[in-house]
Amino acid sequence: MSAALIVEAPTSALARYALRRADDALILGHRLSEWSAMAPTLEEEMALSNMALDLIGQSRSLYSYAGEVEGKGQKEDDFAYMRRERDYQNILLVERPNGDFAQTMLRQFFFAAFAYPYWLAMMRSTDATLAAIAAKSEKEIAYHLRHSSEWLLRLGDGTEESHRRLAEALVELWPYTGELFAVLPDETALIQSGVAVDPDSLRGEWEGSVREVLERATLAMPSGGWMHQGGREGRHSEHLGHLFAELQYVPRMIPGAEW
Amino acid sequence: MVNADLRERAWAAAASVSDPEIPVLSIADLGVLRDVQMAGDVVEVTITPTYSGCPAMNMIQVDIETALAVAGFGLVQVKTVLSPAWTTDWMTQDGRDKLLEYGIAPPAGSAGRRALFGQDVVACPRCGSSNTSRIAEFGSTSCKALWRCEACREPFDYFKCH
Repeated sequence: MSAALIVEAPTSALARYALRRADDALILGHRLSEWSAMAPTLEEEMALSNMALDLIGQSRSLYSYAGEVEGKGQKEDDFAYMRRERDYQNILLVERPNGDFAQTMLRQFFFAAFAYPYWLAMMRSTDATLAAIAAKSEKEIAYHLRHSSEWLLRLGDGTEESHRRLAEALVELWPYTGELFAVLPDETALIQSGVAVDPDSLRGEWEGSVREVLERATLAMPSGGWMHQGGREGRHSEHLGHLFAELQYVPRMIPGAEW
Repeated sequence: MVNADLRERAWAAAASVSDPEIPVLSIADLGVLRDVQMAGDVVEVTITPTYSGCPAMNMIQVDIETALAVAGFGLVQVKTVLSPAWTTDWMTQDGRDKLLEYGIAPPAGSAGRRALFGQDVVACPRCGSSNTSRIAEFGSTSCKALWRCEACREPFDYFKCH
């Protein structure tokens, strides 16, 4: 069976909204999967792979729904594997390279501290499918939030070396957190109709979680400052293309492959 | 055969399918099997995933189709639903007993909101002691965590409250 080598971005605002959330989950899930066979301990190996599995599972539900809403027969794999880089609209935070373990855990924490209240709020979405995906996702993300929080405490309040690494990760990753709250023009109507959640309404809770955990980890909470953006509009860092070299390799070498 | 009997037979066949990762539990014990209906000659089976990324779902679907074919049902449709979201509260008492006997601590209490740094109290499935500690929140499958008994020193799997 042959398949399209390039799948176009959907036109429906709802499909695009679902796709952006799917892209966040897929790219972060893929990043975590890069730790497989590389994690510092066997327990952490399983934790990182489990979290990757949760996120990739969530992305599958969201991609399938985007295809259903768009109604042109696109399946989850078409969106996951066959789009151009510019048509992926994940936030830049999730495509950051894994770096060291402190960077991976801080990236996970920043994302989960947002995704947890986000999915909780999305359980009240007027869109029944998004509400159903939210009810599953919030339970899974709760583990990610707890797991990454506990690691931040251990790293920040651990040895001189682990503290230094986490402090460096904070300098590196903080400027990528602004995009968690980005709203695109085609999302405003979805927010007004109760399909989507206004991310700004989650800012207080996100900052509260981040402040609490950083302070317990003996690190100072950064404030404001200049923030990277562009991922939501499809303008990515140089790192995403390298990720695609792995993610898209098999489907592009053997179009329509199934296993 | 009247429709209600057929439906009952179809349910029994579907309910005989065991979880591929924890074979001591059936999908009915787990609460993954949600509904079985007859639509004319077609058996419509509704299942729900435990976790979004549960890799066992495809295999469970194939196993249901096989079990129903063996029971004489040729036309089967398996539908996956996400809502209401699966919870360990749906696990049957029979399922909990089977888990314990198998050496996996069943979910403790009912699924509720988790505090940021909260932790469950889990009894050792071997000696029953509550003097246990968590080794890792994630285990060999999405639904389990790895624990250790401080009394009998045995490590064990805990089926997480979810």
